[in-house]
Amino acid sequence: MNQREKVVEIRDLKKAFGDLEVLKGVDLDLFKEENLVVLGKSGSGKSVLIKIMVGLLTQDSGSMKVFGQEVSRLKKRDLNALRLKIGFSFQNSALYDSMTVRENMEFPLVRNEKNLTRAEISRRIEELLDSVGLPQTINQMPSELSGGQKKRIGVARTLILNPEIMLYDEPTAGLDPITCGDINNLILEVRERYKTSSIVITHDLTCAKQTGDRMAVLLDGQFDALGTFEEVFPNAEDDRIKSFYDYNFINS
Amino acid sequence: MAEEPDDRKPLLSKKLDKFFVGLNDAWNFVRRFFQEVFLPPYEFKEVVHQCYRIGVESLPLISLTGFIVGIVFTNQSRPSLSEFGAASWLPSLISIAVVRAMGPLVTALIAAGKVGSSIGAEIGSMKVTEQIDAMEVSATNPFKFLVVTRVLATTFMIPLLVMYTDFVALMGSFLSVNKNELVSLTTFFVQVFESITFLDVTSSIVKSILFGFTIGIVGCYKGYNSSKGTEGVGLAANAAVVMAMFLIFIEELLVLQIVNAIRGV
Repeated sequence: MNQREKVVEIRDLKKAFGDLEVLKGVDLDLFKEENLVVLGKSGSGKSVLIKIMVGLLTQDSGSMKVFGQEVSRLKKRDLNALRLKIGFSFQNSALYDSMTVRENMEFPLVRNEKNLTRAEISRRIEELLDSVGLPQTINQMPSELSGGQKKRIGVARTLILNPEIMLYDEPTAGLDPITCGDINNLILEVRERYKTSSIVITHDLTCAKQTGDRMAVLLDGQFDALGTFEEVFPNAEDDRIKSFYDYNFINS
Repeated sequence: MAEEPDDRKPLLSKKLDKFFVGLNDAWNFVRRFFQEVFLPPYEFKEVVHQCYRIGVESLPLISLTGFIVGIVFTNQSRPSLSEFGAASWLPSLISIAVVRAMGPLVTALIAAGKVGSSIGAEIGSMKVTEQIDAMEVSATNPFKFLVVTRVLATTFMIPLLVMYTDFVALMGSFLSVNKNELVSLTTFFVQVFESITFLDVTSSIVKSILFGFTIGIVGCYKGYNSSKGTEGVGLAANAAVVMAMFLIFIEELLVLQIVNAIRGV
């Protein structure tokens, strides 16, 4: 790991929706080229955390620094510049369903890198589709793709702008175990090939174990455990974390 | 006098709050459109694509409806005019009715149903499936790509569709007049152009621009602010049609008052 250089720094972050406090003073760091897995139950605020990171939501208080910049204080232009360094893979892939795979991938590219020629754009799209193993889908519509294919194309679309940070929101949700394994491998390949730092939001411990360098468990709006998988899970003393582990590895 | 139950006050107050918050949101949405429409980057390709979808793809429905309206209105008016021996005024009556009111109104109502609902549903579905968020995080302005383009397209295309409807309705009327009163095409259109004034045409165009803008902005607003998953998409499409139709009638009334004031009626 690259001298523990921090790329994301979160301090005492709070966010509520009406009376419901979702994040109650969260502290977290993401280091360069690290895969950090954020685990927690549905509705625990995992996705809220990464949406604040890209400026889709704003915190009520506390600090969210990405590459040393306080996200909530950035002007629109600076926020967009920061967003180009962050790839966001959505839970449901969020492919534009009126566009083909090629058009989906072109969309961010032609709007953010205006000097590229048609040939360069095509080459980049083909390269990325190759890297996610789906070159044959280039002219297909999202409705013609399986769940796993959509996830892969979604990841390829975020990679097209060469992000330095990847945010994966529930990358394996709704997929069969074999496709989950493929997606987990893809997450590792992306880090390897593009040298990205990643936050993986999930409640799937298999995904967490396979992809994460460190785990952070979000319980009741705060991170209760931080460390490697072995440090956090098998011998967890907290009943909530223990039940999380038991459910994933014993009951299922 | 019986005292008002306590629980009614907060309910009324909540509804009023919701109404005014909604009004403020809608105003901010319209204001944002006017702020963004003049600023680069310009999505020309998407505007053209939307013009095609809204204009060309509406043609079959508009043609059929306009044609039927022309025939039906002529056949309905004939008996009344014939009673006074004024059947020869049919082309004048129809042209004034079509150009001043029926053409714009029929086109706008059909477009509100077809185009408004499709815009509301499309953007609503993009909202609930996080496609709008995906545009936002890829440093693209979704408002410009989705809203500005669609509103511009409806604002450009509805006036053209209205002119087309006027023509088709007059052709329908001509068929009926030609069959019953044996009036030639030239005589029919001479009478038509003698009856309609410059003010009729300009007010019709201005009204159509207003209707087009309304259909686009309402569809986009309802879609962009939809929630509650797939149920919200249906609600957005429905609300887009109902609200656009309601506003179209109000605008029709307002423009009529203004035009009548100009005419000195």
